[in-house]
Amino acid sequence: MKPGLILLAGLTALAAAAQSAAAEDKVKVGLIATLSGPAAVLGEQVRDGFNLAVKTLGGKLGGLDAEVIVVDDQLKPDVAVSKVKGLIERDKVDFVVGPVFSNILMAIHKPVVESNTFLISPNAGTSSFAGKECNPDFFVTSYENDQVHEVLGKYAQDKGYKSAFLMAPNYQAGKDALAGFKHEFKGEIVDEVYTPLGQLDFSAELAKIAADKPNAFFTFMPGGMGVNLVKQYRQAGLASIPFLSAFTADESTLPAEKDAALGFLGGADWAPDMDNPQSKAFVKAYEAAYGSVPGSYAMQAYDAAMLIDSAIKDAGGKLSDKDALREGLKKANFTSLRGKFKFGVNNYPVQDFYLVKAAKRPDGKYETEIVQRVFTDYGDSYAKDCHMK
Amino acid sequence: MSLGLVIVQTLNGLQLGVLLFLIAAGLTLTFGVMNFVNLAHGVQYMVGAYLAAMFAAWTGGFWGSLALTLPAALAFGLALEVLIFRRLYDRDHLSQILATFGIILFLNQAVKTIWGAAPLSVPVPASLSGSIVLMPGLLFPVYRLALIGAGLATALALYLFITHTRVGMLVRAGSTNAPMVSALGVNIRRLFMLVFGFGAMLAGFAGALVAPILSVEPGMGDNLLILAFVVIVIGGIGSIRGAFIAALMVGLIDTLGRAFGPQLLRLALSPSAASQTGRALAPMLIYILMAAVLFERPAGLFPVRR
Repeated sequence: MKPGLILLAGLTALAAAAQSAAAEDKVKVGLIATLSGPAAVLGEQVRDGFNLAVKTLGGKLGGLDAEVIVVDDQLKPDVAVSKVKGLIERDKVDFVVGPVFSNILMAIHKPVVESNTFLISPNAGTSSFAGKECNPDFFVTSYENDQVHEVLGKYAQDKGYKSAFLMAPNYQAGKDALAGFKHEFKGEIVDEVYTPLGQLDFSAELAKIAADKPNAFFTFMPGGMGVNLVKQYRQAGLASIPFLSAFTADESTLPAEKDAALGFLGGADWAPDMDNPQSKAFVKAYEAAYGSVPGSYAMQAYDAAMLIDSAIKDAGGKLSDKDALREGLKKANFTSLRGKFKFGVNNYPVQDFYLVKAAKRPDGKYETEIVQRVFTDYGDSYAKDCHMK
Repeated sequence: MSLGLVIVQTLNGLQLGVLLFLIAAGLTLTFGVMNFVNLAHGVQYMVGAYLAAMFAAWTGGFWGSLALTLPAALAFGLALEVLIFRRLYDRDHLSQILATFGIILFLNQAVKTIWGAAPLSVPVPASLSGSIVLMPGLLFPVYRLALIGAGLATALALYLFITHTRVGMLVRAGSTNAPMVSALGVNIRRLFMLVFGFGAMLAGFAGALVAPILSVEPGMGDNLLILAFVVIVIGGIGSIRGAFIAALMVGLIDTLGRAFGPQLLRLALSPSAASQTGRALAPMLIYILMAAVLFERPAGLFPVRR
């Protein structure tokens, strides 16, 4: 054998050894989000928020080198399940972070937790896993889905509105949204309108609102539907009727809605103008890195990364010690961007909720801003059915 | 139910109708004249809206954007024809559907890659930004009235073009018997290309017109494409007049059904049952209309004589 070849072989063996040594103290995170189709803008926020946190921590989570594997669920439950199985079986990830949408969560929950992998949802928080079916390996860094709608129902009730007109797309999340609002609002419901999912022109419904003259209007219109509704609502001159909504005028849609959304109200667990140093630093860093204002999607993904970081530290960096990791996650010993943060018995957050308002910043960008606190240390109503401690 | 509300809802229906007509006109021509099923017609509408959004950002106004969008949409349609569709005319419908469906997937992804997944918007032109009061509490945007006017004017121009010009005559002849027109010495391929490019421009025009009131986003043409197919089937494939009448019918029935259906049902049913039935029935109305028309006239309202 030529000396050169021997040297080469030796070097290769050395490199391989170094690599396997590194693999042992490396943490692998599988991130699943919707990154294609019209809803991709939400998934991108989740991905960018999480990556920003890892970058801020110097490419490490809990002191271990972090590898983040990003996959796209395409907003299709069957695709999501096969992608998640790939993450668990092929990539052997320690944590799965995701998804954005509730129907995807319903699909991937079982395969992930049954494989003894931690599942941390940075956005979707269905009621189904908050009650009887709560799971010790499943954590949510956002909220239980009903809560944001309850914020607006509570606000409308406190404000003394006598009547409200409700509108949502005709699918499960739309019905849940109106139910959440009605849970807190006890005034008269003038009408409940369900529009086909994907409807773009709301002129017929807007004329009906004008004819009914309600005290307030509540809606849940995510994505492009929300952009259309907000612009048309403003153009129809209805803006004198308070516009209450969730996920309709937020950081994902405001860049398209612009001035049309100004003053429209929403419910949230955070807003980019949150007054604490960590949140301000986060917003600044996110804008510098990705050129857009982060929404709660990005914030919750950032917190998910910080949560993982704190849990690994608590467990002394031992990824194999699942019990210690679980305990660390449950403690949530990290500085959340929203200030205080803790988990309830069902591993869903107990936190404050705010009324937020769409506003234009001096630099010409649009964001939501906190108007007032509506709920303090608010847990969801399903936690009482959860039998974990 | 006040008179004002009825008028407003009728205008809303008309507006949806003329929008559908602009899209369906190109579709019915390519389908009728060239016997070519173009599922990608909806994404041409989307591309028109995206071009309008891009040009609006460049020129800073709606009119400059519109002036640039029309030739760009025409060029885009012609490019698609030369690069792809030309190779598909002689294939059967299944190949055409597969290929044009592929174009939908490709272009939806392409606009996302170029412009991002977040919806874009175009400002309403200042001269048309006002509104008028048609009923108390509701302003009807002047822009929507202008949209109806633009659609009706386009329909009239198209009608005159098809019935009173030589090219229009060839198009009509082509839709009746293309091989015969070709045998008479007309370059049918070039005619096809013109028709196709023109149809793409109309779709792009529709996209540019709605950009100020709807959000510009990937996949925005997919829903309208289905409605446009309903329109051309009701109107009779290949007939501009049929497409016009059917588009207005579909627009009016869809809008008025959504707006007044539950109230009419309330005369016969209890309020909660009426609103539930109305909600289920409203999206079905246009398909019921289509089934009824096809039952009476299997070739549509204005079938092209063959």
